[in-house]
Amino acid sequence: MDILQFEFMQNALIASLIVSLICGIIGTLIVINRMVFIAGGIAHGSYGGIGLALYFGIAPMLGASLFALFLGLIIATITHKNSTRLDSLIGVLWAFGMALGIIMSDLTPGYNVDLMSYLFGAILSVSHEDMFGMSAVLVLVLLFSVVFYKQLLAMSFDAQFAKLRGVNVTLLYFALVALVALGVVIIIRAVGLILVIALLTIPPYIAEKLTHSMAAMMALASLLSALFCSVGLWISYAFDVSSGASIILVATSTFFIQFCSTKLFK
Amino acid sequence: MKNDLEIKNVSFYYDNTLVLDDISLSYNRFDFLSIIGPNGGGKSTLLKLMIGLLQPTQGSVLLFGDLPLHVSHRIAYVPQDTLANKDFPIKVLDVVLMGRLCKSKAFSTYSQEDKRIARSMLKKVGMEAYEHQKIHTLSGGQRQRVFVARALASEAEILFLDEPTASIDTAGQIEIFKLLKTLNHEVGIVIISHDINVALNYATKVVHVNRTLYFHDVPNHEPMKFFDNTKEHFCPIELISATRCNHIHPKEVL
Repeated sequence: MDILQFEFMQNALIASLIVSLICGIIGTLIVINRMVFIAGGIAHGSYGGIGLALYFGIAPMLGASLFALFLGLIIATITHKNSTRLDSLIGVLWAFGMALGIIMSDLTPGYNVDLMSYLFGAILSVSHEDMFGMSAVLVLVLLFSVVFYKQLLAMSFDAQFAKLRGVNVTLLYFALVALVALGVVIIIRAVGLILVIALLTIPPYIAEKLTHSMAAMMALASLLSALFCSVGLWISYAFDVSSGASIILVATSTFFIQFCSTKLFK
Repeated sequence: MKNDLEIKNVSFYYDNTLVLDDISLSYNRFDFLSIIGPNGGGKSTLLKLMIGLLQPTQGSVLLFGDLPLHVSHRIAYVPQDTLANKDFPIKVLDVVLMGRLCKSKAFSTYSQEDKRIARSMLKKVGMEAYEHQKIHTLSGGQRQRVFVARALASEAEILFLDEPTASIDTAGQIEIFKLLKTLNHEVGIVIISHDINVALNYATKVVHVNRTLYFHDVPNHEPMKFFDNTKEHFCPIELISATRCNHIHPKEVL
């Protein structure tokens, strides 16, 4: 395995394992709560945070995280008000964030961070600080999903029933959206903004069909995600192609194979 | 005696549309109350007001003499069979365990006691053989039995059911109603039903909701031989079901 002799490869592999665990857990909650579009809106809109961070000279990922949390808060409030126009409003926030990001980085004098690395990810250049941030989010996600497992399961399955059984559904939903926002920003580091939705939805989607509990779905989704990431990284190294796009091609190919085989054998 | 559920002069608006107009109703848990009426007539709204998922625009709803949301641990809700996510990875027993949510400790897994109660409730609805099956592999009728078991697992005093038989064939519906009738010896049953015949066969009280409300006792389900006109009007329940009208004369006369 000469591929592992490079430090950046080791880092990329460790980072992708952390990201996979976050993906498996958060992705499962996103898929069973039908929040894919919300996650997409937050992911794209968070580019506004990058632009603001550049302009005001703070760390881009910190800016993106804060801005993603802000967007998540707005979206959760709209969902809570039970608006039938939620999808349109997310679309507006989606576009607003991206436009704001581009304008702010235009206004920033001097060198601008490579937009491509934000769009398609830069897992081969993750730093130790990045990995520290990823681990922190992972710990948060693990704690949240273990401590509130019962409540999360009940809310995802039947929010009204959960509410009547004394679960604070509103607070739990806000917390979930906040974690989705943080998770999304972290995963952007690995596979980029454009492809984040694929990594958040494909492993849980495959896992959902094969498991009998939410915990098992989270575990299998994490495992699949780790598999996609490592195979993708190897392809990216072996053929000298983009890492983020390789990971997603592995994931989507698996998805198509699984999709076609279940349709064929039905 | 104080009524378990007391609705007084309640009106409810969705946005600016009047859905329920000045309705009053009282209910005790010994009764099997069927709520019938046309689609969009406000049946679900009324049920949601009863359990506190909606708040009345005017008037008051008291459940066990308190605000419904304050006593939600004493009631249980069985929703329509709308399993939006067909592949939701959850086993039958885990669904029933949700009924134990407010009885079990907040930050731990369900106890053996919770599991024992959940299993005994599955047995009560005749679904004990299915506890390890994924919920979506069941038929509509079986799934509703599981939801009833989930409601029972919470040790509720009244069950509120929102068209539990909407997607079930007639034979399956009768099965569910028979089960509920048996359960009515121990818990109150308030049910929305789209099938008026089935509803009237099992209910001891019937309300017809279409913005306004008509209330009926069904003392011995005696079908009417002919429309008698002694009360000088026909109310919707009479016309639909051909049972004798014994409600207090409402403002509107057909």
